[in-house]
Amino acid sequence: MLQLILGGAALQRCGYGTSSNAALAAEAASAPRRWLQAAILALAVVVFMGAGDDSARFKDLGHRMMCTCGCGQVLLECNHVGCQSSDKMRDQLQAALDKGGGNSDDLILQGFVQEYGPTVIAAPTATGFNRVAWIMPFVVLALGIAFAVHIVRSWKNRPEPALADGITIPQGSELDEFRRKARKETDL
Amino acid sequence: MSQIGSFALMLALGLSAYCFLAGFVALFRRDAASARLGETARRAGIATFAAVLLAGIVLVVAAFNDDFSIAYIFHHSNRDLPAAYKFAVLWSGQEGSLLFWSLLLAGYGFVLRLRYKTDQRLFAYASVIIASVQVFFLLILNFAAHPFAIMQGALPADGTGLNPLLQYPEMVIHPPMLYLGYVGFTVPFAFALGALIMKYPGEKWIQITRRWTMVTWCFLTVGVFLGAHWAYAVLGWGGYWGWDPVENASLMPWLTGTAFLHSVMMQEKRGMLKVWNMSLIFATFLLSMLGTFLTRSGVISSVHAFAQSSIGTWFLVFIVLTLAVCTFFLIANRSHLKSEHKLESLVSRESSFLFNNLLLLVVCFTILWGTFFPILSEFVQGHKVTVGPPFFNRVAIPVALLLLLLTAVGPLLAWRKTSVESLKRNFLFPAIGSVAVGGMMILFGVRPWEDPSYFYATMAAILSALVIFTVISEFVRGGRVIAGKTQQNLLSAMIHLCHRNTRRYGGYIVHFGVALVIIGILGTPFNREVEKEMGFGDKINIGPYTLICQSFTQDDNPNYANEWAIINVFRGGKQITTMYPERRFYKASQQPQTLPRIYPSFREDLFLVTDVYLVYEGKNETTGRPIIKAHLNPLVPWIWIGLIIMVFGTIVALVPNAAAVQVAATTPVRAPAQVGAGD
Repeated sequence: MLQLILGGAALQRCGYGTSSNAALAAEAASAPRRWLQAAILALAVVVFMGAGDDSARFKDLGHRMMCTCGCGQVLLECNHVGCQSSDKMRDQLQAALDKGGGNSDDLILQGFVQEYGPTVIAAPTATGFNRVAWIMPFVVLALGIAFAVHIVRSWKNRPEPALADGITIPQGSELDEFRRKARKETDL
Repeated sequence: MSQIGSFALMLALGLSAYCFLAGFVALFRRDAASARLGETARRAGIATFAAVLLAGIVLVVAAFNDDFSIAYIFHHSNRDLPAAYKFAVLWSGQEGSLLFWSLLLAGYGFVLRLRYKTDQRLFAYASVIIASVQVFFLLILNFAAHPFAIMQGALPADGTGLNPLLQYPEMVIHPPMLYLGYVGFTVPFAFALGALIMKYPGEKWIQITRRWTMVTWCFLTVGVFLGAHWAYAVLGWGGYWGWDPVENASLMPWLTGTAFLHSVMMQEKRGMLKVWNMSLIFATFLLSMLGTFLTRSGVISSVHAFAQSSIGTWFLVFIVLTLAVCTFFLIANRSHLKSEHKLESLVSRESSFLFNNLLLLVVCFTILWGTFFPILSEFVQGHKVTVGPPFFNRVAIPVALLLLLLTAVGPLLAWRKTSVESLKRNFLFPAIGSVAVGGMMILFGVRPWEDPSYFYATMAAILSALVIFTVISEFVRGGRVIAGKTQQNLLSAMIHLCHRNTRRYGGYIVHFGVALVIIGILGTPFNREVEKEMGFGDKINIGPYTLICQSFTQDDNPNYANEWAIINVFRGGKQITTMYPERRFYKASQQPQTLPRIYPSFREDLFLVTDVYLVYEGKNETTGRPIIKAHLNPLVPWIWIGLIIMVFGTIVALVPNAAAVQVAATTPVRAPAQVGAGD
C-alpha cells in the first residue's frame, strides 16, 4: 500500500505536459494533491506501525493492564515493596504468551478481565459506551476548531471601529514617514 | 496548646466573616460611613492573617513538642521524626494542609490589603471576594476538619509517624509550592470577578494582576515538577508521571493558567478576548478547587489522596456556588466585555494565541474527561473502568505536539498581520535545523516507522528543536541589531535586548525551558530495565554500563531500620561512581519504603545524558541477597534543567523593562513605543 501511494506520487511528479504553460498549470494543480499524498503517507506510517516478538508483546500487554493491588500503577511499572499482585500477574501473562498459537492479545486480556474485573485494563476498550471516552476529546477538538474558525471569521467581518471626526488613517508614503519617525525615536 | 489553636481559628473565622460582610455592605452603600466601614473590613482582613498564622504556629510548635494530645499530631508525627519533617507536618495531613491553605490565602490577602491604594475600589472588591473564600476554608477548619481535635482516652506515648513516602527532602518544598500556586490563583480570580461586577473600565485589572498571575503560575509550575521529581526519586518505578488523578488535578489549572497568561496579552494589546479571559481565570480557580476536592473527597482513588472524608461535600457546594456566581455576572455584564478590535489576518499573533488556547483547553478537557470517566462509566454501565496512562498518552500527546508546533511558530508571527515573506525568512533557519535533528535521529538508529512511541519521540524532537532554534534566532536577530548600533558584543547585546522587553524575551526563555522538558520526556520509549538478585561480585549489564555488587548491609536508627546494597558502576572498564539503593522500614508507621538512587551521566554524555536509576526491590528471604532493579532512563535530567530555565524565564519576565524605567525618569506622561515590543 505504501508503494502504491509512493508510486502514485512519483507518476504525478513525472507528468506529460505538451507546453510549458500547461506543465506549470498541471504542476500548480498537483501541488495540493502532493500535500494530500504526503499527509496520507504520514498517516499510513502511523497506522501501519507496530507488531513485534514475544518480549515486545509482553511489554505491550503488560503496559495495557493495571496492577490490581491498589497502587494505581501500570502492571509492568508496579514495584512497590511487598506487592502481592504484580508478580503473580506477570507470571500469568508470561504463561499466556508461552501458550502461543491462538492466544491472541484480545483473548489474553479477556482472560485477565474475567479473573480481575474490567478495571484491570489500563484504558477503556473500544467497545460500547467505552468508545465515548476515546471519541469525546476529538469531538471537543473538532468543535473547538469550528468555534475558533467561527470567531476568526466574525472578527474579520466585523466593521472597523468608527474614527473620531477629522482623523484619517495614514497610508502609503505618509505611513512610511510615521514609521521612520517612530524608528528614529525609539532607536538607541 | 490546642485551646490556643482552636481559639485562633475561631477568631480568624469571625474576622474574615466580618471582612466579607462589612466589606460587602460598604461596596454597595455610597455614604461617608461606608468608607469607614470598608476600612474596618480591610483591617479585619489583615487581622485574619495574624489569627491564622497563630493557628499555624501553634500546630508546628505542637509537632516539635510531641504533643500527642492533639489527634493530628499523633497521626502525622512521632518523637524520632527529624526536625524538617516535623515542620512539614503542617501540610502532611488533611486538617493541617487545609490550615496551611488558609494561611497562604490569608497571606496573599494580607499583601493585597496593604497595597490597596493602587486602586481602592477594585482592591475592595477583590478583598471581599478573597474574604469569602477565606470564610469557606475557615468554616471547614472549625467545623469539619479541625486540626486541634483532642485525642480520646489515655495519652499515647508516641505518634504513628509521618507517611514514609513523605519523608523525603522534596516533600518539605513540593506541597508549599503547589499550594502557593493553587491558592495564588485566587488573587487574579478575585480581581477578575471584582472588575466584572463593578464593570471596571479598561484593562488595568490585568496590569495589576499580571505579576500576581505570573508568580502564581511559576509556583504552580515548580510544584507540579517537584511532584514529578518526587515521584521519580521516591516511588521507585522509574517514571515521573503516572497520570494519577491527583497529578492530573494539579496539571489542569496549570494548563488553563498557561492559556490565560497567553490570551491576556491579546486583551492588553488589542482589547480582544475579554469574555474568554474572564472565563479562563474563573476556570483556573475552579479547577484548583476541583483538585482539592479530588484529593480530599475520596471520590476518586489515588495514591496521593488524603483519607476519605465528608469535606468533599463542602467543596462540591462551594464549587457549584462559585460557578453560579461567575456565570451570572458573566452573562449579566457581558456588554462590558465587547472586543475593541477586529482580526486582520489569520497569519497573525492573535490567531496563534487563539489556537494555542484552544489546544491547551483540549488537553485540559481530555485530562478532566479521563479523570472523571470512571465515575461516568459506573453511572452508565454499572461498573468502573480504568482510565490510565495508555489513554492519556494516546489522546493528549498528538494534541501536545500540535501545541509545541504553535510554540515554535507563534513568536515568529507579528501582531495584526504577518507577511508570508517575513515568515519564510524567519522560519528558514529554525526549519532547517529541526529537520536536521530529525535526520540525525534516524541516522543514529531511531526508526519512527517501527513503533508509534518512536514516531512521537521523533516528532517531539523535531518540534522541540524548532522551538529552540526559533528562540535562538529571535535572540540573535535582535541582538545583532543592537550590537550594530552600540558596538557591544553579541552576548551583551542579547542581554540588553532582553532587558528592554523582559516580558517578551522572558517568555522566549520559558519556551526554551518547555522545549528542554519535552526533550527530557521524549527519551521514555528508549528506557531499559533489568532486574536481578545480586550477591557479592554479581554483575548487571545494561546499555554501556556494568553494575557490580560490592556488598550489601543494613543499619538501624531511632526513626527507621534500613538495608542497602553497594553497587559500583563501570563504563568502558572504568569505575564512574558507586550507588547505594536502599530500603527502609519506618518503625512508628510500621511501613517499608524503597529509596532509589540516581546517577545522571552528565560527565560521560553531556547532551545525551542518561539517568542510571537503581532500586532496592527487596531481599530474597532464602538467600538473603538483595534484588536490584536497574533502569537506564535517557534524557530525563533535561526535564529538571528545563524547569530551572522556565523559572529563570519567568523571573526575567517579572523584571521591569529597562527602556520603560529610563523613560519614566524623564517623561512621566507618556512612554514611547519600544522597538521589538510585541510580546
